[in-house]
Amino acid sequence: MDLDWIARNLADGQDIVGLLGLHLVLALTPVVAALVISLPLGYAVSRTRAVAGPLLALFGVVYSVPSLALFVALPLVLGTRILDPLNIVVALTIYTVALLVRSVVDGFRGVPAQTRQAAQAMGMGPLRRVLTVELPLAMPVVFAGLRVVTVSNIALVSVGAVIGLGALGELFDLGLRQGFYTPIVVGIVLIVALALLFDGLILLVQRLCLPWSRGAAA
Amino acid sequence: MNVFSFLLDAENWAGPSGIWVRIGQHVFYSVASVLLAALVAIPLGVLIGHTRRGDAVVSGLSNAARAVPTLGLLVLVVTLMGSGYLPVVLALAVLAVPPVLVNTAAGFRGADPGAVHAGRALGMTGWQLVRQVELPLAVPLVVSGLRSASLQVVATATVAALAAAGGLGRFVVDGQNLGPGGYPQMFAGAVLVALLAVLVDLGLGGLGWALQRRTGRISREDRDHLATLQPGTA
Repeated sequence: MDLDWIARNLADGQDIVGLLGLHLVLALTPVVAALVISLPLGYAVSRTRAVAGPLLALFGVVYSVPSLALFVALPLVLGTRILDPLNIVVALTIYTVALLVRSVVDGFRGVPAQTRQAAQAMGMGPLRRVLTVELPLAMPVVFAGLRVVTVSNIALVSVGAVIGLGALGELFDLGLRQGFYTPIVVGIVLIVALALLFDGLILLVQRLCLPWSRGAAA
Repeated sequence: MNVFSFLLDAENWAGPSGIWVRIGQHVFYSVASVLLAALVAIPLGVLIGHTRRGDAVVSGLSNAARAVPTLGLLVLVVTLMGSGYLPVVLALAVLAVPPVLVNTAAGFRGADPGAVHAGRALGMTGWQLVRQVELPLAVPLVVSGLRSASLQVVATATVAALAAAGGLGRFVVDGQNLGPGGYPQMFAGAVLVALLAVLVDLGLGGLGWALQRRTGRISREDRDHLATLQPGTA
């Protein structure tokens, strides 16, 4: 390990810090976007049994497409340049939605029918019932999905380095070109640390916002 | 610019760096590394699932595995060991171990305790229990682990091109180096690898589904059989 290299790149060009920030933006924007898309979509799917099977199967196929293939093919659809960060963000949003919708569907399906009926019997309208009764009960499962997608997004961003845009993944490319393993190790350590950090943060938010989910499936 | 031009040109399919050869290399990397991983992970998973020990290790491993950047691991191995078939296959095999291990352990641990106890009551040895009771029940999950591992490996084998290895990722990297005119070549690599991944997913998914159905049918037959033995039915 060349510790000087790390010190140089932290102090002068601030390369590592810049890449770290970019990495977080590229990995977390899709999580937020996908959560906003997946909650209503997943709720709708959970209420329509006929569509749910084929749609979830389709999402499964989408999820099996390698990320690099999507990074390369998206400029064609979006009309962006190949090096546009938007390609990475959109590609990861697609994956995240494909995975999160399943969690949202599972979450809403896990709400006991009696609970829903009780809310109805108490005179709650459909909107209020969904927002104040079903959603809070579905959220623990959604959070479990959220942790999975956040961790895998943070790791996946680095694949973009193959086409020249991978934030911390660019350290891998650099190390490979120079036959010098310090940047590679730094990249791996930072990515794993970020993933664990955000996994813990989401768990913390869940504990604080959903105290009833303690001990729920992780 | 026609993005399909590279794919549609017959010249690009033949030859030592043609599409067929690249597909062959990609499949070779993937099959070799999944087999290598299965050789290590399945016996270990059987041991963990059967003895019901080491669960914490398995769940920790599955979480940690998701956080490790595949490209980083591959590049690190290639930088330390040099490029060529062996380092690439080794790095890919390391990535394939966790899904196979976790699913195998879960399958053997989750085998119907009623069936396992019945086997033990019949005087089966530990090995007989593993072979004749737990294995048939665990097979669908083992296949599902192999499916996740294969998908992971097919996707990551693309990235191996960055490390001067062959495979379909070559088209992406070479096309990228050609500048804007290379896009059809990049696109060809992307389409082919996506197709390969979807085929692998559907193939192994179908296999898992068929195995699941078979176990389901056996248990249904057993239930019917048991039902006829009950007094007062039939």
